[in-house]
Amino acid sequence: MFKNLNYKMQRRIIIFAFSLIPVTLLFTFAYLPVINMFKYSFTDWNGYSKSYDYVGFENYKTIFTDSKYFSVFKVSLYYFVGSFVQMGLALYFATILSTSVRFKNFFKGVMFFPYLLNGVAIGFIFLFFFRPDGTLDTLLQSVGLGAYTQGWLLNPHIINISLAGASLWRYMGFNFIIFLGAISSIGKDVYEAAEIDGANRWHQFRHIILPSIKSIVQLNLILAISGAISAFDIPYIMTGGSNGSNTFVIQTVTTAFKYNKLGLASAMAVVLLFIVVIVTLLQRLFIKEEK
Amino acid sequence: MIKRKATIGLVTVALVGSMLAGCSQNNAENNPTTNTEGTEQTGKGPSGEITVLTQRTDIVDTVFKGYATEFNKKYPDVKVNFQALSDYEGQITVRMNSDDYGDVLLVPTSIPLADTPEFFEPLGDLAEMSKEYIGLEERAVDGKAYGIPIAVNFSGVLYNKKVFNDAGVTKAPRTTDEFLTALKAIKDKGNAIPLYTNYADSWPLTQWEAVLTTVAGNVDYVNVEQPNTDENFVPGKPHYELYKVMYDAAKQGLIEKDPTTTNWEASKADMANGKIGAMVLGSWAIGQVSALAPNKDDIAYMPFPTNASEIIMPLADDYTLGINKNSDNKEAARAWIDWFVKESGYSVEQAGGMSPVVGAPLPETLKQFEGTDVKFELQSPAKAGQEGWVDKIDKDAEIGLWQPEFKKRIIEAAIGNLDESFDDIMKDLNEDWVSSRAKVVGK
Repeated sequence: MFKNLNYKMQRRIIIFAFSLIPVTLLFTFAYLPVINMFKYSFTDWNGYSKSYDYVGFENYKTIFTDSKYFSVFKVSLYYFVGSFVQMGLALYFATILSTSVRFKNFFKGVMFFPYLLNGVAIGFIFLFFFRPDGTLDTLLQSVGLGAYTQGWLLNPHIINISLAGASLWRYMGFNFIIFLGAISSIGKDVYEAAEIDGANRWHQFRHIILPSIKSIVQLNLILAISGAISAFDIPYIMTGGSNGSNTFVIQTVTTAFKYNKLGLASAMAVVLLFIVVIVTLLQRLFIKEEK
Repeated sequence: MIKRKATIGLVTVALVGSMLAGCSQNNAENNPTTNTEGTEQTGKGPSGEITVLTQRTDIVDTVFKGYATEFNKKYPDVKVNFQALSDYEGQITVRMNSDDYGDVLLVPTSIPLADTPEFFEPLGDLAEMSKEYIGLEERAVDGKAYGIPIAVNFSGVLYNKKVFNDAGVTKAPRTTDEFLTALKAIKDKGNAIPLYTNYADSWPLTQWEAVLTTVAGNVDYVNVEQPNTDENFVPGKPHYELYKVMYDAAKQGLIEKDPTTTNWEASKADMANGKIGAMVLGSWAIGQVSALAPNKDDIAYMPFPTNASEIIMPLADDYTLGINKNSDNKEAARAWIDWFVKESGYSVEQAGGMSPVVGAPLPETLKQFEGTDVKFELQSPAKAGQEGWVDKIDKDAEIGLWQPEFKKRIIEAAIGNLDESFDDIMKDLNEDWVSSRAKVVGK
């Protein structure tokens, strides 16, 4: 039956037929819930009642006027700083492992391994790691640094550093593998030419590797920052947001499922979405200016 | 209320069994008279297929299977399927947005009383059914009962008698001062943690709220007086006095050294082995801890210390069982509920509480209080028109009477992690209470 159609028409039909299923799935499971979330954010729905009232911008007003909802963002700063450390380390290891090192593939595996682990498992690993006389304390004692042991999760000034550390451990492998992929796509002849011109490793990194993977660094930066703003799994599993480790997403979950304020929580999710979008835009703007 | 929530961190979905559409429905009497084992009752009793939702992932394939077999001896035409949800409260409220939430299920505590008829089938007149069961008031709307408790729990302090005896405390402390002195004696002895809070798992902290009636010394406080007062968290009032015990114990170092890394499963074993003195937990925990103890007699239960003139150990419903409004086999579902509550023995054997059936004997754990001045009483229900007020005010104010948040804040303040004092926290909570109460009551 398609024989009579011209090539252009056939092409259109095929494109349409092939994209119908993925687009339907995408719409049903990605866009529809988001649209609903926007709708809920203007209501006082409690999450299960059959009826709810529209309350206009009341929920947004609450978020921006009650300090309890916004003050938690300062916890994100720890993860934000942590994400730069994470990127630095990932870049460092990626650069080293892109040259000819012994046991290269083994180390690649070691670096990437934490990312493959389940977040819940990591939470529990670090819970044992940080507990008094746990792994970290034992380690410090065995190398004679016993005096430096801390209540890693007990001390409210340290808890976020500990948690950001666990987060760093988990996600560094992901940044690392992306950097490594980008670096290995740089042609060998460029290095050879640079070597002939007398460039050392640092020069090579600064003037060849970094410019070549700039867009990947940018991408990782965006991912890292939006990850920092929406930090959730590690602190939620390890502390449940207590002792000053509450993040905005944990706050949202608490609001939605403990106090049954799904409308308000939806509004919080919308606010978070916009913050991430704004930060991403700002970042692109700044990086463009540098050019 | 909370059962086996130890595994809650792992959000594993354990959906057992499958949902199948119900078969035909027979018109028969509700409660067929007792019959001999194995007699064929085809055509007489209710028939069809029902799905029973439970929170007990641990025993759904063992004990519950046995219940189904027993149940089928009496009602051979009913096929019972089970589905166990590991994070019951979290998953069921989402599922209740559809019509597909089983035939018999536990009424989620997060569903406000007033919304119950939207989701559940009335089971009968409250006055009529009260002759048969206790604890129906918690799920009764307009004189109709919507849920029958699977067990009735009592709340107090679970303690290791040997640890108390070793520290020279031979009589269970009655007042808050005596309690703190006893804890201090245990600390001085140095062999055990006097009071374990289970801060990190956090849900055990919510168990403190259950003993509010004991501190108040008045069964009316929780539902009748509380919603009508603007002074809920001020000195001298039950909430203040109750959490002052928590604060003082934490402040004086009578709790675990690092609360942030506690572990619920380990705490049960530690208590059983005399490494922990006391924990504030509901009666359901008694069985779980004494099962681990080398000497079962060491594990004992006492009312929460109180300065009130009467000692009341409050009785409260465990989850209540209700019938899905959209069920196709309501009759079979009702038969299951009555059978489960009356004959399965779940309330005592599995829930560690009391049977809600009127006239049922006291369980072993409570026998020790017979003849003492300890009273066992249900909290009085709210006044007509004020049902669910406490919950509404609580949710609106985000105080979380039954959530761990402010209890954690109290402990954090007590161990010096926050710059707040106990009075600051209480003042803060009371302000939230007052402004939300005005909103809710004013409506």
